[in-house]
Amino acid sequence: MATEKLNLTLKVWRQPSSTAQGEIVTYEAKDIPSTASFLEMLDIVNEELINKGDEPIAFDHDCREGICGMCSLTINGRPHGPGDGVTTCQLHMRSFRNGDTIWIEPFRAQAFPILKDLIVDRSAFDHIIQAGGYISARTGSAVDANAMPIPKPVADYAFDAAACIGCGACVAACKNASAMLFVAAKVEHLGVLPQGKAEKDRRVLGMVRAMDDAGFGNCTNQYECEAVCPKEISATYITKMNRDFAAASIKEAVVNEF
Amino acid sequence: MVSDISNDMPDSKIPSGPIADKWTKHKMDSRLINPNNKRKYTVLVVGSGLAGASAAATLAELGYKVKCFCYQDSPRRAHSIAAQGGINSAKNYQNDGDSVHRLFYDTVKGGDFRSREANVHRLAEVSTQIIDQCVAQGVPFAREYGGLLANRSFGGAQVSRTFYARGQTGQQLLIGAYSALSKQIADGGVEMYPRTEMLDLVLVDGHAKGIVVRDMVTGRVYSFAGDTVLLATGGYGNVFYLSTNATGCNVTAAYRAHKKGAYFANPCYTQIHPTCIPVSGSYQSKLTLMSESLRNDGRVWVPKKAGDRRLPSEIPDAERDYYLERKYPSFGNLAPRDIASRGAKEVCDEGRGVGDTGLGVYLDFSAAIQRDGEHTVREKYGNLFQMYEQITGENAYQSPMRIFPAVHYTMGGLWVDYNLMSNIPGLHVLGEANFSDHGANRLGASALMQGLADGYFVIPSTIANYLASETPGTVTTEHEAFREVEDEVRQRIDQFLSINGKRSVDSFHRELGLLVWDKCGMARDEAGLTEALQRIPELRAEFWENVRVPGDNANVNQELEKAGRVADFLEFAELLCHDARHRKESCGGHFRTEHQTDDGEAKRNDADFAYVGAWEHRGVGNEPELHKENLEFENVQLAIRSYK
Repeated sequence: MATEKLNLTLKVWRQPSSTAQGEIVTYEAKDIPSTASFLEMLDIVNEELINKGDEPIAFDHDCREGICGMCSLTINGRPHGPGDGVTTCQLHMRSFRNGDTIWIEPFRAQAFPILKDLIVDRSAFDHIIQAGGYISARTGSAVDANAMPIPKPVADYAFDAAACIGCGACVAACKNASAMLFVAAKVEHLGVLPQGKAEKDRRVLGMVRAMDDAGFGNCTNQYECEAVCPKEISATYITKMNRDFAAASIKEAVVNEF
Repeated sequence: MVSDISNDMPDSKIPSGPIADKWTKHKMDSRLINPNNKRKYTVLVVGSGLAGASAAATLAELGYKVKCFCYQDSPRRAHSIAAQGGINSAKNYQNDGDSVHRLFYDTVKGGDFRSREANVHRLAEVSTQIIDQCVAQGVPFAREYGGLLANRSFGGAQVSRTFYARGQTGQQLLIGAYSALSKQIADGGVEMYPRTEMLDLVLVDGHAKGIVVRDMVTGRVYSFAGDTVLLATGGYGNVFYLSTNATGCNVTAAYRAHKKGAYFANPCYTQIHPTCIPVSGSYQSKLTLMSESLRNDGRVWVPKKAGDRRLPSEIPDAERDYYLERKYPSFGNLAPRDIASRGAKEVCDEGRGVGDTGLGVYLDFSAAIQRDGEHTVREKYGNLFQMYEQITGENAYQSPMRIFPAVHYTMGGLWVDYNLMSNIPGLHVLGEANFSDHGANRLGASALMQGLADGYFVIPSTIANYLASETPGTVTTEHEAFREVEDEVRQRIDQFLSINGKRSVDSFHRELGLLVWDKCGMARDEAGLTEALQRIPELRAEFWENVRVPGDNANVNQELEKAGRVADFLEFAELLCHDARHRKESCGGHFRTEHQTDDGEAKRNDADFAYVGAWEHRGVGNEPELHKENLEFENVQLAIRSYK
């Protein structure tokens, strides 16, 4: 594909630290190759800022191949920018036109405090996983892997949920800053597998409560989360989780023990 | 001839006895620590990838007090996550003739006879337990309709022993280890420190007893003391700047340990992966791998004529050169990585490369699509085709992919004995960061296997061999050794911030990467390496005079983070080139153009180089000192590796 050069106007959220006041700052990005990725475009802008003696724009990134979940950015109001099923690092500049103005903001949510510029703290997600997002399987105590056949459709269903990369786009897109898609994906990934059944009730109760404690909002069925999820995880997992949560809550109330 | 194990080489502690019994015997002979005493020991684990997370979780399950550190914002993001293709295991579920011994044999041969037999055999043995463990954790491996696990084949093997989870095997395995780690964090067994970068190792009376870290959010430099330190900090592929590694991957932890006395073994064994998306411009920040599993169904070709600029669809079959199938009929497109990469370089050097830059070859799926249907191909590789389209804007169902080799993995690493302990007592090294199992070339789907083997099954058994003779908790951060190292780290940070030169950190990194790729990449020679060894110190000197690191150390400062890593790469690159220049043979990922057969294959020199080259640091800019661990092959016969 032929490489075009783009001139763009960037409106970027700059915030020196977690406690400082932030603001939108305008930058001109000149001669950006259309084959560059969005983050490479920011690299080019940063190189210029450094050469001018300014501080570069801080943003999270690592694998730059759409799997680690470290990159974020709300681009023109949409987490991970235009295009379906992509993270910011996989977004390429051919998705923009010469002369475009691009608004670049952090993932905004009360539970994701800004650390600097476009970097947010998503450790609330780790705390939710710690509250039950696992199968307790002590190393060395596993049975043979083929001892328990799992029907392919069940394995595929679990896999579709397990594809979550924990980026937080679902939260940033939701008007309630709800983490329901993230939580449901893990609850259902593990809950549908036979080896995850033993802790199913504990898991859903623990994770949903940790989510509430972290300050995430609730789900009001707008499906923005599903629309922006780079791994295209379906919001139907939320429905499934709500049912599991209700069942577990009743059991908890009746049996009062797990 | 190389003499027997050099006197000054530490004991590799390889157990005696037949190869198949060594690991069992070693476990039986290993020290034990009773459960009540385990909780008195503090283990510092640096890195949270497959090796680090699995070790941290398992050691905490056993009762040790674990502190785990990673530079990412969450342990779930370590770069193991990006592994696509799969994980090998000698399960023989396919009944196609696989066995522990065959996996052992394939790995030693694939490593071009430059790995330790005993370590590789242990890896093959525990490979079966890894799959059991991962399935128990809920890792959604691919399954057949009957519900049993599916397998596929990978480069360098003629059996199907690779387990996979679509093209996201690394992600699923890492999430498994991360969830085990998360449970231990919740239970209080592990204290986790994300966004925390290890900047130096602390030795007390010659033993590794702590680390100095920087809090990447506040800039605070502080220390942790422990009874032992585990480095699981990955490889050094980013010395080339462009690689398939994450942008944050670095050599700092391993190199800092090296400067404190740890031997660095075989740094010249670097793996260039044959199937990556070609470079498109100078702004490029990383290279993206297309899983090797694609070579199961994709056919690699270039035009027969040099300079043929026709579209691939316009080139008839008779005018295509399927060069891997032609040169290696029995392995064909599944020839090992080093051989497939050199094949691509060769045809591009002949002017037969494709794409705008001429640095690319076709990976063509039309035969597979015709044979099995697009649906089947999509089912197997859908996410890879999607990734290819996102990056290149091209649809690979309709026209062939263009691929080119890129730096992917580093077989070299810190020297370790059979217990995974370096020559510094108390410093253990796991996963890609050590040198131990892959020799001069790693086979596909073996990195995940090694990382998890080290973390879940090896270190939990061997760590007590060190700890049992140590009184727990004797060293605290009050010890003066911590003050000294902290001061050095702070001074270095201040120095970066005060140079205030004219060039960005990235510009130095890019220049270093091009130089190392050019002189110490897919093909190396004496003259080029000598030139690199002259040029690297010059570039390093310029860096320390002319780098510009904006901002301060009171906050997130990504330029400062990069400066520290690039400063270490600028020293490490010299070590890499020294090793490459001294090894006057071609083996695996190390190809010296002076040492090749008449038909261009790598020519090993077993008489003079069948050893591990372990280097001791002798001061920046000084020649490192070589120590040799002789490699003995008692179970696999030394032979010329042939995939024809």
